[in-house]
Amino acid sequence: MRVRDHKAAAAGLVIIVAFGLLAVLADVIAPSSIHQQVGPVFGPPSRGHVLGLDDSGADMLSLVLMGTRVSMIVGLASTVIAVAVGGVVGVLAGYFGGRVDAWLMRLTDVFLVVPILPLMIVVAALWGPSVGHAILIIGLLSWTPTARVMRSQVLATRERAFVRRAKAFGAGHMRIIWHHVFPRVRGLLVANSVIVLASAIFFEAALAFLGLESVTTTSWGTLIANAFNRAASSAGAWWAFVPPGACIALLVLGCSLVAMSFEDAGSARVPASHIFAGRLEVTRRDGQ
Amino acid sequence: MRAAAVLGRRLSAGALVTLAVAVGNFFLFRLAPGNAANLGLVPNASPELRSSLERQFGLDHSTATQLRAYLVQLAHGNLGVSFGNRQPVAANLWTALVNTVTMVVPGLVLALALAVITGVYAAWRRGSAGDHALRAVALTMFAIPGQWLGMVLLYGARGHLPAGGISDPFLTGTGLQAHLVDRMQHMILPCLTYALIVYGAFMIVLRTSLVETLSEGYILAAKARGLSNRLILRRHALRNALLPLVTLVGLTIGTLVAGVILVESVFSWPGLGEAIYNAVNARDYPMLQGAFLLLTVVVVLSNLVVDVTYSYLDPRVQL
Repeated sequence: MRVRDHKAAAAGLVIIVAFGLLAVLADVIAPSSIHQQVGPVFGPPSRGHVLGLDDSGADMLSLVLMGTRVSMIVGLASTVIAVAVGGVVGVLAGYFGGRVDAWLMRLTDVFLVVPILPLMIVVAALWGPSVGHAILIIGLLSWTPTARVMRSQVLATRERAFVRRAKAFGAGHMRIIWHHVFPRVRGLLVANSVIVLASAIFFEAALAFLGLESVTTTSWGTLIANAFNRAASSAGAWWAFVPPGACIALLVLGCSLVAMSFEDAGSARVPASHIFAGRLEVTRRDGQ
Repeated sequence: MRAAAVLGRRLSAGALVTLAVAVGNFFLFRLAPGNAANLGLVPNASPELRSSLERQFGLDHSTATQLRAYLVQLAHGNLGVSFGNRQPVAANLWTALVNTVTMVVPGLVLALALAVITGVYAAWRRGSAGDHALRAVALTMFAIPGQWLGMVLLYGARGHLPAGGISDPFLTGTGLQAHLVDRMQHMILPCLTYALIVYGAFMIVLRTSLVETLSEGYILAAKARGLSNRLILRRHALRNALLPLVTLVGLTIGTLVAGVILVESVFSWPGLGEAIYNAVNARDYPMLQGAFLLLTVVVVLSNLVVDVTYSYLDPRVQL
């Protein structure tokens, strides 16, 4: 792993942790109640309200902070569901192989092909808008990439000597999976959950935008949706939608940075170009 | 001959997925509380009216009979009637699909052009400040939610460009030119938004692939033959580096669809995405069901096309 990757990963991690802290401390930091009108409709940013006011005259800074809490809860909870389901499916398919593998992968393939956001929309429209439903829907429909990654990694681990040795000593399947296979793929699961978190935050905002999250909920997604429905863009009230969207972009960016440095660390060989920027360069193929 | 057999197998696999989705679709909507007879479409209906409605809609038959009827009608292209405008869902969807394509194709072309230009530059000047800046921009574009970018652009262009729709119903100018200008003005913002949100992934993949291609032995061989960098880049490197982009399009069709839904919802562009948005808000289940099924078919077919294209472009890859 190169030094720059460490830096990028650290920056990404700092972003994620910072948002986590904001979510926990939201009600302590928030300057005023989100249900209280403290000024005119779409009041611009001022000394008292640095992010201005929304369409009901509530303080945007407080709204964004409280929205951070809901968005982070939805993102983390659905990530836990997705990674758990995907991890179990992937490990079982990879470890047992054969018919179990064939059926689980067929199921995974169907879910991989079906366009996920439209499916989420259909289910959410039928179940009715709520945060709990959003968590379940996002979690239960985002596990396929994790399952695939875990399966291929477990497949590679299964035939390793230490697993075969444990089997020869008479260890049961559960013991082998838990003590020998899982520790080898744990890191990958963590790397994968960062990617899932990013997409969960994305989906939360999308569902909220389509009116599939309860109107009384305050999340980054519903704040953007609300600003759109009250025509904040044409009213010139950029402060009503820029902050929550910037938060989403920043968090997703943080997740991408962490995920990318995991990927770079995974592939040891950094390709060396023979030519670039007009210079002829003959390098060793291992890039050292 | 073998290729035809493989293609046939892939087609039938795609058809199987579509069938699975159609059946799943049927039960998904069955699980929802209420049915067409008691959904409240007819307020204060008497029990007699309700049971007559149930007979009329065939809701008194067994689930298996209903499922068979649904699949048979589906095979005939009958997707039901929209609750919203009382038109056949299939006709509504066809209009919407045409509109979506006119928005998506220019958007994708723009995104691809931007990705090739910036990707080549970044790969060529690998490690330079320009490379880092361009990658940062691409990563940021990748992280931005589409609906939000649409609103930001809308804010920037307010008063200069139309805020939504596909054409101005109160257009005063007559003649082809006025109509074309009007259409173009309505297209700018949705196409630009769509291009920018899909651009990020395109650029990152292209750059990585180009950097890898430039390390191949045949690049060194071309250099040894004394070819100019420009020629090597264009004829030897870029052509091969474009391959992963085809895979990427295949892998991210779901994401591309999500972008369509969000961008069209922001700009009230009357395509499939806007149809879904409206169907959700009006609880227009036949439209929602039909749109979802159509999108699934589109995605399944695109995946197939991508695979076939890939094995055509790179004969080393067998279907």
